[in-house]
Amino acid sequence: MGDITLTIDGIETRVSEGMTVLEATQQAGIYIPTLCYHPDLAPYGACRLCIVEIEKMRGLPTACTTPATNGMVVQTNTPQIQEFRRGILELLLSEHPHPCLTCWRRDKCGPFDICLRNVDVTQRCVLCPNNGNCELQEVVDYVGVETVDLPFTSRGLPIDRENPFFERDYNLCILCGRCVRVCQEVRGVGAIAFTSRGSETLPGTAFGRLLRDSDCKYCGACVDVCPTGALVERNRKWEGAPDSKVATTCPYCGVGCQLELGLKDGRIMEVTPLRENDVNRGQACVKGRFGIPEFVHHTDRLTTPLVKKDGAFQEATWDEALELVASKLSGFKKEEVAVMSSAKCTNEDNYVVQKFTRTAFGHNNVDHCARL
Amino acid sequence: MAGLVTTFGSGAMTNSIREIGDASCILAIGTNTTEAHPVIGLEIKRAVRRGGKLIVANTREIELVSIADIWLRHRPGTDVALLMGMARVIVDEGLHDTAFIEERCENFDALKESLKKFDLDFVAKTTGIPSGKIVEAARMYAQNSPAAILYAMGITQHSHGTDNVIATANLAMLTGNVGKPSSGVNPLRGQNNVQGACDLGALPNVYPGYQSVADAAIKEKFEKAWGAELSDKPGLTITDMFAAADRGEIKAIYVVGENPPLSEPDALHAIETLKKLDFLVVQDIFMTETAELADVVLPAASFAERDGTFTNTERRVQRVRKALDPPGDARSDWWITSQIAQKMGMKGFDFISSSNIFDEITSLTPSYGGISYERLENGGLQWPCPDSEHPGTPILHTAQFARGKGHFVPLEYRESAELPDDEYPLLLTTGRSLYHFHTGTMTRKVKDLNNLLGEGLIDINPVDAEKLSVSDGELVKVTSRRGNITARANVTEVSDEGVVYMNFHFAESSANVLTNPVFDPVAKIPEFKVCAVKVEKNSH
Repeated sequence: MGDITLTIDGIETRVSEGMTVLEATQQAGIYIPTLCYHPDLAPYGACRLCIVEIEKMRGLPTACTTPATNGMVVQTNTPQIQEFRRGILELLLSEHPHPCLTCWRRDKCGPFDICLRNVDVTQRCVLCPNNGNCELQEVVDYVGVETVDLPFTSRGLPIDRENPFFERDYNLCILCGRCVRVCQEVRGVGAIAFTSRGSETLPGTAFGRLLRDSDCKYCGACVDVCPTGALVERNRKWEGAPDSKVATTCPYCGVGCQLELGLKDGRIMEVTPLRENDVNRGQACVKGRFGIPEFVHHTDRLTTPLVKKDGAFQEATWDEALELVASKLSGFKKEEVAVMSSAKCTNEDNYVVQKFTRTAFGHNNVDHCARL
Repeated sequence: MAGLVTTFGSGAMTNSIREIGDASCILAIGTNTTEAHPVIGLEIKRAVRRGGKLIVANTREIELVSIADIWLRHRPGTDVALLMGMARVIVDEGLHDTAFIEERCENFDALKESLKKFDLDFVAKTTGIPSGKIVEAARMYAQNSPAAILYAMGITQHSHGTDNVIATANLAMLTGNVGKPSSGVNPLRGQNNVQGACDLGALPNVYPGYQSVADAAIKEKFEKAWGAELSDKPGLTITDMFAAADRGEIKAIYVVGENPPLSEPDALHAIETLKKLDFLVVQDIFMTETAELADVVLPAASFAERDGTFTNTERRVQRVRKALDPPGDARSDWWITSQIAQKMGMKGFDFISSSNIFDEITSLTPSYGGISYERLENGGLQWPCPDSEHPGTPILHTAQFARGKGHFVPLEYRESAELPDDEYPLLLTTGRSLYHFHTGTMTRKVKDLNNLLGEGLIDINPVDAEKLSVSDGELVKVTSRRGNITARANVTEVSDEGVVYMNFHFAESSANVLTNPVFDPVAKIPEFKVCAVKVEKNSH
């Protein structure tokens, strides 16, 4: 496929054929607000926030579902578009707690401040686990909603804490459908779908059953795509943002998913799959997504060398333990010693182990559990 | 691995994970991909969504069966008959790729000759699959190109595992499905760094990069680089080590991050053997079942506490980065091993960092030659990557096979070593669960994963359960010729009649107490996937 040229907000942009207007705009570095769009999912056109004006086209088409064509002239940010977006957001916010979003002193409000004037405790953004990481906040800030004239209706739903890994608070759901779609389109599971009709519509399992009685595999993909605080990982719920992040490779199966460890106070507070790679592209499984911090920080971790004396282990220093191992191993005939390496260790570890075996004992009695 | 080396010349996954979703046909045999390699399972689903055909060959009704075009429920251990049967149909109906065979392969006539024994009646009788389905599967695989074969331990963990692998390779060569995108023969490696441990020479017969220890020139190269005298005699495999230790010939073992009492077949015997040793050193992150038996236990750093590289199943070398300090006095494995070496007075172990070691690796391992930590900052690289300009190799055997010509190998069907009989009427096969990993050293420490699956279940078909008057959730005694365990019955049609299934993650009901320590003569892989057991109501 060749390249095409289109004009977005007066800027001529060259993109490859087959892109949507939204993708072309993003490539040009121009922001269009979106909530239901996700790069790993098929275009959906539900939230209507990405509406744009395109010359010679009627109405306000959604950028995410409109293919970019050669010579197109696109406007992304006219007063009319912004007015429509404000209307859409108002409707959306009439069912999502929002007083903080429209509060004049929001910038001055810290997480532990007590707000006496404006906002109920149950409706405060600063008390949402996703505060600061919320795509709805981002969109509201861009579009600029000053007041919501529609009455706010709280859904008054209990928070679903049934599964061990994440909580589901559908009072915060904006019905973007990302969770439903990622479960179906990317994971091929379909454990959740939209249930009920009209104003009752919410994502859920068939017949409202527990997640563990559905086909859910706890991969966490729904949590990763949720734009609000509706789906939040339980263990990191009140941890805020990590201090730092480290990209690494998952220690479980042979797929080698690329993961990001979020660190706080010397501990792994969360593990999220990375998108920019050719291996897992934003996906992981329950083991990698939720099964790492607990074993790494487990109190049963070995922390000191141990030497068995009269059938019981006693703590030793490295020097004592290493001296003992070295002298003992030297004491056997070379062919009486064998070494087992590990498919869980790094390449560097395995290299050193086999070099050690081969050079120290002059034989090749080194193997690992590849066959098991 | 040995099977692919014989036929193709290289024992690794021929293609890349990313290509699987673009295949027109996938034959998934002996792999419960969605549980053991969940993210590769997503690629299979992507292929099906795009309209690709899926053939699942598995005795169990695994998740993939629900989206498969054809499900071949063959009896465990009859893979050679099934695959050769399909090959026979393809040749008989002239669906094979004659141009590819003539140009790229050798020994086709011998294969053709050996196919004579695999007529449909024989194959149907042996595998238990109706002949019509076999024909349909053969046509589907041959007529939808590119077609990829995926397999895992369900193919290799048999006393004839090498034959099974060769049978998949024969089928791929026959239809020209090698060396092009979304095709090939793709063994899915079970553990995070099995590929890397093999690549780096933690094997008794090869140095890093599969350079044979028996080759005089290679030996000289390593002697020169390491400044030590080396042996040209292949060493002992783990299973040989256990046998030698049992005979008293091996007296000391240094175990780095392994847990043989749960992962070895006939586990009780393995524990007895370890107890016989004069000296056992175990290096691990937890007090494993193996470490309990040790004389010295050395605390290792976990993956999150160290720098290094893992090589995944598609030969991609990727970085592991240090995020935390290790707890207490725990140290990186390479540091510990190097210290022992230095205390023994050896030279060449004064490594200061993992990148320091990696530089030595690349200087001695041609297939890793062009890889460096610096390059890995921009993402993983797939070997072979011989020089610093090389982009890596997503697909093997594109122009020619690693060994030159693809080598067809004639095969004969052999039964598994231990089949059900009157005394032990059920066939036990083992595998992995989504929620746990290998011997559970890591995942069993995670409370929430244990909540989802906290004990070893034995899957049993309702028909067999009724015969034994066992109900769902009841504790049963499972006995084989090696030992017995107690496990909870999970009555389910996922398991075929006459077949029971267990995971091997659980020390409390360790499936490998039951399994049969017979080995593939070439690859030395134990027959985990077939042994005979009896199931009884628990008398307590």
